[in-house]
Amino acid sequence: MTDPTRLTAHELTDAFRSGAATPSAVTEAYLGRIAKLDGKVRAYLTVTDGRARAAAAASDARYRAGKPLGPLDGVPISYKDVLSTRGVKTTCGSRILESWVPPFDATVVTRLAAAGVVPLGKSNMDEFAMGSSTEHSAFQLTANPWDLARVPGGSSGGPAAAVAGDLAAISLGTDTGGSIRQPGAFCGIVGMKPTYGRVSRYGLVAFASSLDQIGPFAKDVRDAALVLRAIAGVDPADATSVDVPVPDYAASLGEGMRGLRVGVLEYDTAGMDPDVQRAVTAAIDVLKGLGATTQAVTLPTADHGLAAYYIIAPAEASSNLARYDGVKYGLRALGKDLIDMESRTRAAGFGAEVKRRIMLGTYALSSGYYDAYYGKAQKVRTLIRRDFDAAFEHVDVIVGPTTPGVAFKHGEKEDPLAMYLNDVFTVPANLSGNPGISVPCGFSTSGLPIGLHLVGRAFDEATILRVAYAYEQATTWRTRRPELA
Amino acid sequence: MTWEVVIGLEVHAELTTRTKMFCGCPTTFGASPNTQTCPICLGMPGTLPVINRRAIEFGVRTALAFNCRINTACRFARKHYYYPDMPKNFQISQYEEPLAEDGWLEIDVQGGTKRIGIQRLHMEEDVGKLIHDGTLETAPSSRVDFNRAGVPLMETVSKPELRSPEEAAAYLRAFRSVLMYLGVCDGNMEEGSMRCDANISLRRPGATELGTKVEIKNLNSFRNAQRALEFEVKRQAQALEAGEKIVQETRLFDADKGYTRSMRSKEYAHDYRYFPEPDLVPLKLEGAFVDGIRAALPELARAQQQRFVAQYGLPAYDAGILTQSRALAGYYEAAVSALAPGGSTASPASAKAVANWIMSELLRVVPGDDERAIAESPVPPAHLAGLIALIDDGTISGKIAKDVFEKMVRSREDARTIVQREGLTQVADTGAIAAIVDQVIAANPKAIADFKAGKTAAAKSLVGQVMKATQGKANPAIVNTLIEEKLAKV
Amino acid sequence: MIERKDVEHVARLARLALSAAEIEKMREQLNGILAYIEKLNALATDDVEPTSHAVPMVNVMRDDAPGPCLPRDEALANAPDRAGEFFRVPRIIED
Ligand SMILES: [Mg+2]
Ligand SMILES: [Zn+2]
Repeated sequence: MTDPTRLTAHELTDAFRSGAATPSAVTEAYLGRIAKLDGKVRAYLTVTDGRARAAAAASDARYRAGKPLGPLDGVPISYKDVLSTRGVKTTCGSRILESWVPPFDATVVTRLAAAGVVPLGKSNMDEFAMGSSTEHSAFQLTANPWDLARVPGGSSGGPAAAVAGDLAAISLGTDTGGSIRQPGAFCGIVGMKPTYGRVSRYGLVAFASSLDQIGPFAKDVRDAALVLRAIAGVDPADATSVDVPVPDYAASLGEGMRGLRVGVLEYDTAGMDPDVQRAVTAAIDVLKGLGATTQAVTLPTADHGLAAYYIIAPAEASSNLARYDGVKYGLRALGKDLIDMESRTRAAGFGAEVKRRIMLGTYALSSGYYDAYYGKAQKVRTLIRRDFDAAFEHVDVIVGPTTPGVAFKHGEKEDPLAMYLNDVFTVPANLSGNPGISVPCGFSTSGLPIGLHLVGRAFDEATILRVAYAYEQATTWRTRRPELA
Repeated sequence: MTWEVVIGLEVHAELTTRTKMFCGCPTTFGASPNTQTCPICLGMPGTLPVINRRAIEFGVRTALAFNCRINTACRFARKHYYYPDMPKNFQISQYEEPLAEDGWLEIDVQGGTKRIGIQRLHMEEDVGKLIHDGTLETAPSSRVDFNRAGVPLMETVSKPELRSPEEAAAYLRAFRSVLMYLGVCDGNMEEGSMRCDANISLRRPGATELGTKVEIKNLNSFRNAQRALEFEVKRQAQALEAGEKIVQETRLFDADKGYTRSMRSKEYAHDYRYFPEPDLVPLKLEGAFVDGIRAALPELARAQQQRFVAQYGLPAYDAGILTQSRALAGYYEAAVSALAPGGSTASPASAKAVANWIMSELLRVVPGDDERAIAESPVPPAHLAGLIALIDDGTISGKIAKDVFEKMVRSREDARTIVQREGLTQVADTGAIAAIVDQVIAANPKAIADFKAGKTAAAKSLVGQVMKATQGKANPAIVNTLIEEKLAKV
Repeated sequence: MIERKDVEHVARLARLALSAAEIEKMREQLNGILAYIEKLNALATDDVEPTSHAVPMVNVMRDDAPGPCLPRDEALANAPDRAGEFFRVPRIIED
């Protein structure tokens, strides 16, 4: 058969069921490829080959017995290193947690283990998920498999590059302001942020609690649907997870575009890469051709989303990261007394971007500034939610670009604000809680992938998956793959 | 010069839930260090809190008992400050939308009762325990035990309506009584189940503005609270009279030395950076949830005290002592009803007798506010009733009964068993007693002479001698009658 | 405009030991970001309720039922310093 690392998860499990391949053989192919090529991509911080082999062997046995656990049994996965894995280092890309070994698994890890996946390892990320390029990892730069001189996007650059580079069949990332969808777009794969509350955050090391969501990276839309189904659903350990039924997303993928109303996002084209604009316009034509009706949609407050986000996210981060003080776990620097120890520990343990956001967030919450910053941002959040609610009275999905541009070169965006502008299209859905997906929609003249961003109603992931699938099946972008070897 | 004292109290009470506020760890006091923790209460990365429903029920129960308004919009907030006993370096507490506001608590003051306003009642989590290797100032390092971290705490802030250290102590007593009656806190101050901070300021009588207040921390008993406040009243009065300004500060009470001292002055004021806890959704406390708790509220001490006066004809003083705990009041009512079998009503005499026995004898061996000690009393209510019944029916004298009670305490047997085994039944045989009376009269010509001379007290000494001769077993009423009769004849 | 002393104050609140150069750079960058954030002031929000949760829910609670604790050695396994059964911290000086 062809190189199994090229296959999607559903193609792999078809092969496992037919006996054309075994989870162990595929796992070995992935481990071999990681050993050979991850030196170039640097997607992984930790490779859990022992665990992977054990899980694969157990999966082999289930297929032999004719009793696989479901549509992901035996599929090799990579987890962003912000997801707790019992007994396996979980660094969040930070020096401060360099040696942190959690005594518990994240709920998503438990659920996927129950679905029979094979854990290949933990992948790289911007420190504490703060960044859009994975350049803020304390440990290594991850390369975009399409062009090793470029960033894979971030903060989930590791898991995105792993799937794009065929170093994992699927992976999990987290998205606080675009951290799944943006690297999905940069790496030419499917990346999805579910509705806030759809997936349990228990075991996801918090960046901004009211915005963080876990979601899948996949080689196609069907895989994303299968992973979402496996991880979604209320969890008693997460009081913000919502008890709404989880549909069989994969089953409704083929329902097509007929009858769907597509809202075409109107956006400010200043600073946009024309290749991205062209690709998105062409993609909308494809959707029309598939039978969708379209109408223009504006989100008047969305322009302010980024500003609100850069208050809310740092404020919550400054609080969530207060626990890293050298007392209970993680790094400790020497100090002449407790405060000195804590201050030196945090100075040594956090990178520049994390410090910047802690400072910004602490300032925004500090006495006398709350109303002007955090309070104001929370109100803007309400306005953005209203914008989405109003739009979804007329349309079923909102379509636009995932990012203003394509993957940039390492070191190209020195200015923090320039980096933050990457998230301009993705942030509003984090503030409102709506689900969003990025699906490949073409390439720039320089051969770099472009993503189409679809946003849906809260808890209506089924519709955006269905639209993404219809678009994906009507185009051939997914057949173009980066060549690493 | 006279000063008006203005005191407000802030009480933190640990709730007697089985598990912590936001995780499933047990709350047992005194467990081996760091054995009652989990990833959540250790603040490990990736963990999330989930609200303990019973803690909220306890909060609502207390708020209702304090006549507070339950806020339908109630939410948790994060309060930030760094301290190594607090795993997340923020405490999940409540800020702008507390569980309840605006209630009152009635306290006993000289010559009556007074309502003290309650400003707010909110829920939060406790911190761990720091053990300093030496004193805080000198310790080269400190050790942390997180067993207590995350235990549910209920913080209640009074209005500044207490006007003396005595009133503050009365407030704390009434407060503790309510919590213990409600079964939401064990009231054990030595174990830190109830902790109190006080705000105190002085002003001229009639002044409407408050003076500069000082916060006193570490008031871990009623007595210490009162002592600390008394010290502070004196200190502030002296300072004001000397024309000094009171510094707004936090002071610590040193119970050994009996004074308050300034804690290191804070270079930077605390900036708690409160914001709504994003990991918890708001509570909407209303309807059936609150109604159900309201319907199940027990009778509280003050109501019970009034009922005891009305129903049993007890003096208010007795009723007050008997209602110092729900267990003691229950003990009292069980004993009284055992004396009035078949659903009949106990006579005022026996109701008072039970009260007397509890106050003078039982409370010497069992602390009246210790629920468990009362439940495990060596003399259960039925046994006490049995003892009193033996007095009432003349089987034993009151004097013998006291000895029998001591024996009941030691052996845990009922009164009848002891009386029968030891032959303590009193002599009620008039003939037998008359013979002894005759002997005593014959042996005491002086007493007879005194009596004839008008010294009626002489009769008392004769009664005493008869009782002594019968080792107290003679029925005193019969002895009295016989002596009176005989003396009338001489 | 954030001044140097504001940066120092916030750094103290956040327990971050920053060098003089870092403080200066931080001051510049924070001012840049805050200037961008100023654009929020163009929005009228007086009568707008704040959103703190994207999904409106209330009353999510759990039963008062005990769950498993960590064995002490697991609780302490990641501690940078311990003293027997305890976590250990350096000398505490109140700030
Ligand atoms: Mg408090
Ligand atoms: Zn716990």
